[in-house]
Formats: sequence, structure tokens, C-alpha cells
Amino acid sequence: MAAINQDNYGLRLVMRYTVLTLIAVVFIFPVLFMAMSSLKPDLQLLRDTSSLRAFLPVGDISLDNYYDAFRRAPIGLFVFNSMLVTGCTVLLSLFFCSLAAFSFTYLNWKGRDLALTIIIATLIIPFETIAIPLLLFVSKLPWIGLEGIEIGWLDSYHVQIVPWIADGLTVFLFVQYFKDLPGELIEACRVEGASWWQIYCKVVMPLSGPVIATAAILKFLVMYNQYLWPLIVVQQETYRPVLVGLQYFFQLNITWGEIMAYLTIVTAPVLGFYLVLQRAFIASIASTGVK
Amino acid sequence: MASKLTTSNRAGWAFALPGFGLILMFIVIPFFFAFYLSLTNQRLISPNPTEFVGFSNYDRLLSISVLSIEPEVDGGGSVLRNDAGELKYPRVRTFTRNNPAYPQYSGMREWFRLHWGDTAKVVVAKDVVFWKSLRNTLMFVLVVAPVQAGLALCLSLLVNQKLRGINIYRAIYFMPVVVSIVVVSLLFRFIYDGNDGLLNNILGFLSFGLFEGRDWLGNPDTALGAVKAMSIWQAVGFHMVIWLSGLQTISPTLYEASSIEGASKWQTFRYITWPGLRNTAVLVIIVITMQAFALFAQIDVMTNGGPLDSTTTLVFQAVERGYGKQDISGASAISVVLFLVVLTISMAQRYITRTR
Amino acid sequence: MRLGMKLTAALAVSVSWVSIAAAETELSMWYHGAGNEAESTALNMIIEDFNASQSEYRVSVESFPQESYNDSVVAAALAGNLPDILDVDGPVMPNWAWAGYLQPLKIDDSAIEGFLSGPLGYWDDQLYSVGFWDAAVAMVSRQSTLDSLGLRKPTVDNPWTGEEFMSALEAAKASGNFDYAFDLGMPWTGEWYPYAFSPFLQSFGGDIVDRSTYATAEGALNGDAAIAFGDWWQSLFADGYAPGTSQDPADRDTGFIDGKYAFSWNGNWAALGALEAHDDVVFLPAPDFGNGPKIGAASWQFGVSASSENAEGASAFIEFALQDKYLANFSNVTGLIPATASAAALTDNYASGGALEVFFGLSKGQAMVRPVSPGYVVSAKVFEKALADIANGADVADTLDAAVDEINADIERNGGYGH
Repeated sequence: MAAINQDNYGLRLVMRYTVLTLIAVVFIFPVLFMAMSSLKPDLQLLRDTSSLRAFLPVGDISLDNYYDAFRRAPIGLFVFNSMLVTGCTVLLSLFFCSLAAFSFTYLNWKGRDLALTIIIATLIIPFETIAIPLLLFVSKLPWIGLEGIEIGWLDSYHVQIVPWIADGLTVFLFVQYFKDLPGELIEACRVEGASWWQIYCKVVMPLSGPVIATAAILKFLVMYNQYLWPLIVVQQETYRPVLVGLQYFFQLNITWGEIMAYLTIVTAPVLGFYLVLQRAFIASIASTGVK
Repeated sequence: MASKLTTSNRAGWAFALPGFGLILMFIVIPFFFAFYLSLTNQRLISPNPTEFVGFSNYDRLLSISVLSIEPEVDGGGSVLRNDAGELKYPRVRTFTRNNPAYPQYSGMREWFRLHWGDTAKVVVAKDVVFWKSLRNTLMFVLVVAPVQAGLALCLSLLVNQKLRGINIYRAIYFMPVVVSIVVVSLLFRFIYDGNDGLLNNILGFLSFGLFEGRDWLGNPDTALGAVKAMSIWQAVGFHMVIWLSGLQTISPTLYEASSIEGASKWQTFRYITWPGLRNTAVLVIIVITMQAFALFAQIDVMTNGGPLDSTTTLVFQAVERGYGKQDISGASAISVVLFLVVLTISMAQRYITRTR
Repeated sequence: MRLGMKLTAALAVSVSWVSIAAAETELSMWYHGAGNEAESTALNMIIEDFNASQSEYRVSVESFPQESYNDSVVAAALAGNLPDILDVDGPVMPNWAWAGYLQPLKIDDSAIEGFLSGPLGYWDDQLYSVGFWDAAVAMVSRQSTLDSLGLRKPTVDNPWTGEEFMSALEAAKASGNFDYAFDLGMPWTGEWYPYAFSPFLQSFGGDIVDRSTYATAEGALNGDAAIAFGDWWQSLFADGYAPGTSQDPADRDTGFIDGKYAFSWNGNWAALGALEAHDDVVFLPAPDFGNGPKIGAASWQFGVSASSENAEGASAFIEFALQDKYLANFSNVTGLIPATASAAALTDNYASGGALEVFFGLSKGQAMVRPVSPGYVVSAKVFEKALADIANGADVADTLDAAVDEINADIERNGGYGH
């Protein structure tokens, strides 16, 4: 009996891995294409696109595209800008949106349902619609900076951060997750006289690993890949983020190899961020529950 | 959850205010401003002062009606037929352009026609491209939402196993989401190429040469489908992650109990997993629907709305008009219509999925 | 930047306490050359020379990527944040001038003497912008192709007629040596379509808009000549002479060089690349479809923003930059046509015997600017869509009618665009 079970188990294991790997092939090929293409000179790159050679490091491989890309655009500056803006926005967003979601889920106050409905309704509004009104708005807002009050938020980091801190999707994510947490736990804490702030910090948030990771990843993606907003509010190179920098490579004669190199460099932080969060939060939450 | 223990106005407001306030300030108010703009003739750049024009933008956008055309007849009153034996109809442009007898059709164009006996019922509209984008967007959502949600669920179940190295697979399935939509769209342009694209090559290889290459993006019948496939592929990892975080909230003791009772995989899924995923399911469906309605970047890079308006979407039209043709008021009108359409659909969704 | 400006201003004020010398006024300038090393270097050279040549003004430049430059400028204009000097694409200039972003230049007439007409940007009878170069389009082919197909080589004085051109395409198609006879560059959506293809329309006798009044496109875009153009345009794709809108962008970049196409309709910025690949590349003039052969004209030009407080200084800089040696330098690094014949003589490519000399003649003889109207921005987009739709098989007359209606409606909604 044991021997047959072993066999079956081994076979089933192999089958599982096969399925997983086949699916993985389907998903990995763009990154593969991008990375391989970044090593090839332009002409070869373009010719290879018509066959499987596109995914293989064959032909004239070198790091030339990377050198050229760094010469063409201040990549380090762009990555720094994007990371700074994205990092600040993600942290602030996690805090304020989870706070609001906590309030919507567990607290009962006048106007709560209306506020939540409004927030969820904003999910529908595509950004392109409000870009111009928002631009006009922020160009007139005051900001207290190092030199005192100045009018207009343009050409800065805060203009890229503040409008994006709170958004409907993050709030909605947290609300749906909080709804699934056991209510008795909260009741028990209240009975013991804990304040709402304590419940938020000590009870709810520690249990929210998966949703924090999910919300952080999604927000990171949105902020890192921003194009339209920074384009219209930032006119100086010092504040430009990564996707605006991509435009540097679309000249009259497009240099595909450098574009691939640039994109490979630029995609790495996002992938890294995802992997880190994945391990830290999702993978470890195998045994969450009412402890 | 309303009880004396949880009613707490001050704390409630204090917690929610920063988040809600930011959303109000940076999303809601600009949207109302955009709505106001749709009632004016605001241009992107213009020295002319902006005037209030009421609903004329909406009239221009939404005007639609039906024109009945009789087939051409010869002198004796019998219908004319062309060489193929088909009826001949006068051209629609004779009714809609410079024809004082039909002022209500002036400036309209044909969208499609149905035949009612010998009469051709031609649906004409002032803005055919808008109606086509509405149709494309709805078709896109109707297909992508269930397929993508379903595939994501399958994938998340697949990677929820405790296998060694499962994290690597999770990372790989998520990769398309991470890669910029620009790269993905470019790559798929190469793949879908009619002459020498990868897809044609692979399909030809798999079918031993029986399959003839098709111009996926150049053919109005296949273009939208090609975009759908690419979008699903690109975003399914995103929703896999959401399903996954929902799956993690289901207590493992429930699974242990079911395996002790000898439940099959399907029964486990149906009675333990699925109910525990209710809220996540609502979230995923709503998010996918919202994102599908906002389809823009892929169209912009891959097809530019063509061929023959088969891939144009509402957001694409709004951007085209607002930034391309400098007609901010027209773009705002489209956005408001989009908002109303999605609002209706999401309210319907919430009604269907409400907890009874 | 603001901190920098404040410091500079503070420094200037404190310095002027000590010396009675006047402070340098800073002129801000925006250019679309970010990521383009060659152009940026050439421009920086001019700026350094200008700054060194006088002490009243100091120009500092902010670079923008070309693709998104227009969007950046419009957004900045809405927010009231334009620089002193900015560059603008030729056909877009009337739109910005009409909107009040630009003011007329205050430069001497002698500075623009001998300029090709393309780089001069006039609106409302005033000079708003001047460019260093002009861009031209030609039919790129190889002498060996012409020989093997038995075709005569057309010249600027004796171009192919429409029929000759179509028989050339037929010969190329019949030979079976090429994937397609004619590469138009359909993947380059955007300004390329009106720039490269409206000359064909004009050669048939039509136009994007009626230039006598600029108030309507009726008759110009949907008259008999335009419909003849539309039918010809559709036949190119329907009869298999040219790849259509789904052409692979990679094929556009390398197809001609790889021998996939017999003829390629391309601009002179890509010419140097073709010359490197083959040694018998020829640049043929546009065919004459009845109304004279035509190619596009007008490229990026420099102007002064309306909100600038230093208009004299800004104009002085532009005038300074128009010297022949700078025009020649720009042409050498970009491969584009210098604005004057005297500058052309100083360049590598456009002096007599130069590899691209023929383009100078093409530009002089065949160039026709796109419609000079603030409404161009919209009519260009409408025309682009009409071209794509006709290429994809839509009914020619209906499509052109719809385009005319849209352009006319837009002109009306904008009060005639100031004509």
C-alpha cells in the first residue's frame, strides 16, 4: 500500500510541476524577450522578432545597448525619482486608506454609507478624464515648502505624490478584506476597553498581511508606471520619472535595443519589490486564523 | 455591526477623514469640474472665451435614429436589381448631405442596416465612432470579465499548493503585470504580425502547415479578439494575487475537516473555498469590470483604434478628442457617459451579489 | 529650480551693490531634443556662444522628449508656466499663435534672407517662428532595382507621371523579388500621415482644406480630385502594392534595407542609414499625379512665448542662432536640410556633390507646406483617420464626406479659427 502511494505521489508531483511549468512558459516570454533583446544590436533584434530567436541569447550579444542607454538618458535620476515618489505614495496610501477602511468596516457613523459609495464610485473614473481639471487645480494650490509658502505645485515631488495617496481601489481592497476578519475578535477587544486606535494598530493591521502586500504591490505598479500625470505637471528633468524618460528613446530613428535595455533596468525594481513582498507577507501567511 | 459598542462618530470621522478628504479633493471635485466642462464648449487651447452650451455636446454625441430607404425603382415602378441579383439602394449620403427634405438626418452617417422585406432600415447616428466604441467596450468587458476572473481563480488555486519553489511560479505568473504595457503591446504587435509573426508561425507548425497565416491586427473581425487575448494574458496575474490573498483568509482547519470527511476536490471547492471567497469574488469582478472599461493603453500602442474602428474604446475616444482634437468638452461628455454606463452596470452587479 | 532662481536673483542683487554692472537676465528655453545627443550638443554650442558673445542675457535650456513635447507645452501653457523661448512644430505654430502662446518675432529681415520657405513660420502676416532646417520626403530606391525593372530614373525636372509610377509598382510586383513594391510607413501613426501623404492628395489636385478661405474643406477633401486620390490610395493596398496599417514597425525600419521593398517613401532623416547599407541608393522625386509633384515641408521652428518679459533678448538669441555656420552644423548632425543655400554649401551632405544634395533641390522645387491654419491640429487628425480607414477598405466617398463634415464642424465651433 505504501509503495503504491509513493509511486502515485511521485507521478502526481511530476505532473503538477509540468503543468505549472508549461503555464509559466506562457507567462514568462515577454520578460525573456525584453531581456534578450536588450543584448542584441537593433537590426538583429528586429529580424529576430519573426522567430523563436527572439527569446534566445544568440547572435551578437553585448552590453552595448546598456552603455548607450545610460549615455542617452539620466537613468539613475529617473529610477530614483520614481522610487521616491512611489515609495512615499505607497506608504502613505497604505496608512490612510486602511485607516479609512477600518472606519468604514467597524465603526458606525453618520454618512458612512454615503461616503463609502462615493469612494467606490470613483473607481469608475478613468484618470484621463480628470487630468486637465486636476492640472488647473494643482497649479493654483499653495504649498508650504522649505522657502515658505509658494503657489502652485508644479515641478515637484509632492505634486506627483499627494493626489494619489487616497484612491478608491485601495480602500475597497481593505474594506473587503476587513469584512472577512472575524468580528468577534473586535467585539472582544472593545469589551476589554481597547481604544479604536489600539485595535487598529495591534489587532487588525497585524492580521492584514496579505491585503497589505496586495494593496502595496498594486499601488506600486500604478505609481511606478505613471505617464500622463508626470508628463503634464513636471517640466524639469530633475523630477521626471521613469516612463516619461522612456520617451527619450523615441527619436526620429528609434533605437529598439536601447529601449529594451532601459525597460529591463526599469522593470527590475518592480519585480524585486513584488518578490520581497511575496515572501514576507503572502507566503508566510499559511496559518493565519483566530489565534 | 451596529451596536452601542461600535457607534462612534468622532473616531469614525477622524479615521476616515484624511482618506476621504483626499479622494474628495483630488478625484471627486475634478470630476464634477469635468462634468461642468461637458456643458460648455471648452477647448484645450483657444483664445475664444468658453461659453455655456447646455447639452449640445451630448446631442452631438448621442443622436441616433433610423432611416428607411426603399430600393431603387425604374420608370414602371418595379425594383431594379444589379448584376448579382441584389436590390439597389440609393446612397445614404443623398439623404444626409445637402438634402433639405430630410433636415433631421443632416450630418449623420450610417452605422449598420437591417433589411425588413425590401426596405432597408438604416441606423444613422451623428457620431458613429462613439457608438462603435461603446459597442466595442461593452463586448470587451462582457468577454474579458468572466474569462479573466475565472482564469485567475484557477491559477490562484493552482499556486496555493504547498510545493517547493511555488513562489517562483507565483512570481512568473505575475510577471506580465509588472512589465510595462508598452513593451507588452510592442511585443504582441510582432507576435500578431500577419506576414511573419510568431503566432502564425507557431500555429502553422502545430497544425502541420494546414493553418494559413492571418493578419490578426489588420482584420476588423479579429483585431478586438486579439486585443482581448492579450489583455487577459497580461492582467490575469494581477487578479491571481487578489484571489490568493482571499484564499489565505480561509482557515486551514476547515480544509483539514473536509479531508478527514473524505470530501472530493470539487466538493471542497464548492462548500469551503467558494463561500469563503465571496467578498474577494465581488472585489475581483468589480475591479476587472472597472479596468476593462478603462481600456486604453493597448489600443493606443497596437491598433490606434482601427482597423475601421473595430478596436476603439470609450476612453480611447475621450483621449483622442480631448488631447488630439483639442475638444475638451466633447471628451468630458464621453467620460460622463462612460461613468453613467459603468455606474449602472456596477449597481446591477452589486444588486446581484448582495448578501441576502 | 525656483531655489536656484531665487539664489541667482539674490546674488545678482548683492553683486550689483558692489559693481554697477547690469545683472544678466536669464532666458529660459525649451527644446524637444531630450535623448537626442547630437541635436542637444549642437544647440548647446549655439547657447554657449550666445552667452559668451554678450553679457545682457543668459540662455539656459530645458530638454524635453520629442514624442510628448507638444503635450508638455500645452499643459504648461494651461498652468501659465511657459518659458521665454520655445520651439514649435511648423504646422502647429498657427494654432499656438492663435491661442496666444506665441508673440511675433522681433528680428531683422536680413537674418532670414535666402531662407527656404518651409522654415519660415508666418501667421496673420507676421513672422512667429523660424527654423534651422527643413525636412523632405523622397522615394528611396536602388539603382540596381531601377535597372533590373527597366525603369528610367526620374529627376526633379522630369518626375514620373502617375501612370509611370503605377507601372513601376506593377513591374516590381510582377518581378516577384519583393514582399511588396512600395513601403509607405503605415506604422508611423501621428503627424507622418498628413505630412507624408497629403502631398499625394495635393498632387491629384485636392487638399486637406480649402486654402482660399480656410473656412471649409468641402470640395477640397471630397471633390473629384480627392475622390480620385482616395481610389488610388485604396488601390495601393487592395491590389497588394503596399503593406497596410498592420505593417510591422520593425519592417518599416529595416524592410527596405533588407530588400523586402522596391521603393520606400521616407524622410531624409533616415537617408543616412540607407546610404550606409547600400552604395547605390537613389532618392527619387515624388510622382506627378496631375497637379505637379509635391512633398511636405516645414519642421521644428523657434518662437518666443507671449508671456515672456524678455522678448528682445529672446528674439536676439534666435537671430544669433540663424547664422550659416550654426545652420550647417545642425544639418551635419541631424542629416536634415539646412535652411539656406549658403549654409548648405558648408555642410558635408548638402554641398554640391554631397550625398543628400538632391534633397535640397526637392525641397526647393516640390515642397508645399501643410495648411497654415490653427485648425490644422484637428484637420490633420481627421485626415489621418480617413487615410487609415480608406486603406482598410472603407468606402472612399463616404469616408471623405465624413472627414469634411468633421473638419467643417470643428472650424465652425471655433469661430473660423481667426481667418
